Amino acid sequence: MSGEPLVQVEELTRVYDVSKPWLNRVIERSPRQLLTAAADVTFAIDRNETLALVGESGSGKSTVAKMVVGLVPPTTGEVVIDGVSMTHPKQQAARQRLRRRIQMIFQDPFASLNPRWRVDDIIAEPLRAFRLVKGRREQKARVAELLGVVGLHPADGRKYPHEFSGGQRQRVAIARALSSQPEFIVCDEPTSALDVSVQAQILNLMRDLQAQFGLTYLFISHNLAVVRHMANRIGVMYLGRLVEVAPARELFVAPRHPYTRMLLDAVPDLDLSGRRRKPVEGEIPNPINPPSGCPFHPRCPYAFERCRAERPALIAAGPAFVACHAIEEGRIGPGVGLLGRAIDPVPAAS
Amino acid sequence: MTEPVLSVRNLRVEFPTRRGTLTAVDDVSFDIMPGEVLGVVGESGAGKSMTGNAVIGLLEPPGRIASGAVFLKGQRIDKLPPDAMRRIRGKRIGMVFQDPLTSLDPLYRIGDQLIETITTHARVSTGVARARAVSLLAEAGIPAPEARIDNYPHQFSGGMRQRVVLALALAAEPELVIADEPTTALDVSVQAQIIALLKRLCTQHGVAVMLITHDMGVIAETADRVAVMYAGRIAEIGPVREVIKSPFHPYTRGLMGSIPSLDSEADRLVQIPGSMPRLTAIPPGCAFNPRCPHVFARCVLERPSLLPLGRSQAACWLYDDEAAGVADIAEAAP
Repeated sequence: MSGEPLVQVEELTRVYDVSKPWLNRVIERSPRQLLTAAADVTFAIDRNETLALVGESGSGKSTVAKMVVGLVPPTTGEVVIDGVSMTHPKQQAARQRLRRRIQMIFQDPFASLNPRWRVDDIIAEPLRAFRLVKGRREQKARVAELLGVVGLHPADGRKYPHEFSGGQRQRVAIARALSSQPEFIVCDEPTSALDVSVQAQILNLMRDLQAQFGLTYLFISHNLAVVRHMANRIGVMYLGRLVEVAPARELFVAPRHPYTRMLLDAVPDLDLSGRRRKPVEGEIPNPINPPSGCPFHPRCPYAFERCRAERPALIAAGPAFVACHAIEEGRIGPGVGLLGRAIDPVPAAS
Repeated sequence: MTEPVLSVRNLRVEFPTRRGTLTAVDDVSFDIMPGEVLGVVGESGAGKSMTGNAVIGLLEPPGRIASGAVFLKGQRIDKLPPDAMRRIRGKRIGMVFQDPLTSLDPLYRIGDQLIETITTHARVSTGVARARAVSLLAEAGIPAPEARIDNYPHQFSGGMRQRVVLALALAAEPELVIADEPTTALDVSVQAQIIALLKRLCTQHGVAVMLITHDMGVIAETADRVAVMYAGRIAEIGPVREVIKSPFHPYTRGLMGSIPSLDSEADRLVQIPGSMPRLTAIPPGCAFNPRCPHVFARCVLERPSLLPLGRSQAACWLYDDEAAGVADIAEAAP
């Protein structure tokens, strides 16, 4: 295959109109209110790679995931998967063929499986929709094989979703996602609803499947440790924008953006190393009225005039990309990450 | 020796159902000393919240305490009439729940809720109570408490609301605070703030805390001792450092290994096969035996009780014949 990335996301933006109804606006003379859920999000995912998006609630990571698979149309910007645009009207036919190769796993396995369908039928639905099997017998064999792949028993197919635990349901959801032999799977918080020991089973399974089928993942999570375990590269989102994109190890060894540092500091320390946690100030602002300039400046310890006035763009800083004026001007170097290794100062971008 | 603030002895909580009696909490005993934070950790269905609810007398019917006893500063409280129990709740035991939006009344200003709590449990005038409410809010880190006291709960963000709930829990100067998943609904950065606040407030007021959570990270940051629960029983209890760094019970080991860590390069997480048994089907003997890598004949037949192991205690037959058992498991450990 060619060396170009499988998934390319260009300046993806999604704006929701959250205004009051027209009559209220007229009577109360209130203006339209727009909520920017995601703004200018640009990234690419290589084949067989896992890109993770992390951020707190309201940072826009799920919105990006939905736009990438086409569940939510972007306001502006474009998603191109294997050379096919997800929005371009002329590529309708190519897009239909592409659908089979993209799948999604959702957060809540209690809501994402139809409670009235047997597991057999749930897993077979993509097979039928894409006409991937001929006849009942072949379908049955394929479903049994898929159940085996995710660690369930073929006989489990006769059961209904309520007969399974949360972890087993997520296995069913994964089997359904795999049934159309996709290349690219978007995983939106796939383990957030699960207990840690079950989460470990699901994460291990997802890594095994990636190796076995050569899958590409876009992995959405709020849990930094999970992301660390799963991703090759990590994008950190804040108020709808990517503030840092870095190789996974780099992000934890030398976090650059002040928000990334803050997030890492906030993770509870299981090693009891006595690492002092910096008290984090403030909370995510309201996305309806985001701060001017850099969205993080009200909470940032390094904020100065320019941060309030001008929005920083993503610039290269070592192996990472960071949207921060202080980094760009070389006022702050990369932070000392969790492995305690400070690395050489960032070359200031021209 | 000082007297424990809370003493739970052989607590057993049962739910009679049409298909027989379910035992949600089975023979649980622990103490919490003054000023101590006891973490209670476990996966969903392990009985940790049920234990907390039993202590404060808020079991949902038909759930009931079938046997055992709960002592608050030596006074038995599990058999008190509802009226007496209500006076203890709020006054002597403060409570913090997971969702701050449901523990605050949306129709009342937070000031009214704080003042009501203070005047119910202490004989003070409304003016004094209001002044005290303002200082509590200030202590809880609410900016401009004089102005914010007249706001309604919906005017606060999630983190701020949980601060109000903490202030409310401490309003009547309780001896014990039971915090049930206080940070689960919050984002990591806010979670860190609330944990720090809970710990600081409780140290300042000398309050003992029972911290119920599924998050080992929160326990590591906050608790002095930790009880690990599995299928309604305590599998292991001991000082936080011991339980996290050198767990004895195979379940605790699996649990610790299954948590992805920020600085490990491991390709695979430790994985405990299977899942926690449903309450209708708890296996005989040790409840963990079907998933345990070290299971042997005795585990299936006899239920282990907590055995002292250094400063910890673990309910596992591997340690019964201590010398041999410890050497064995040390070798088998990853």
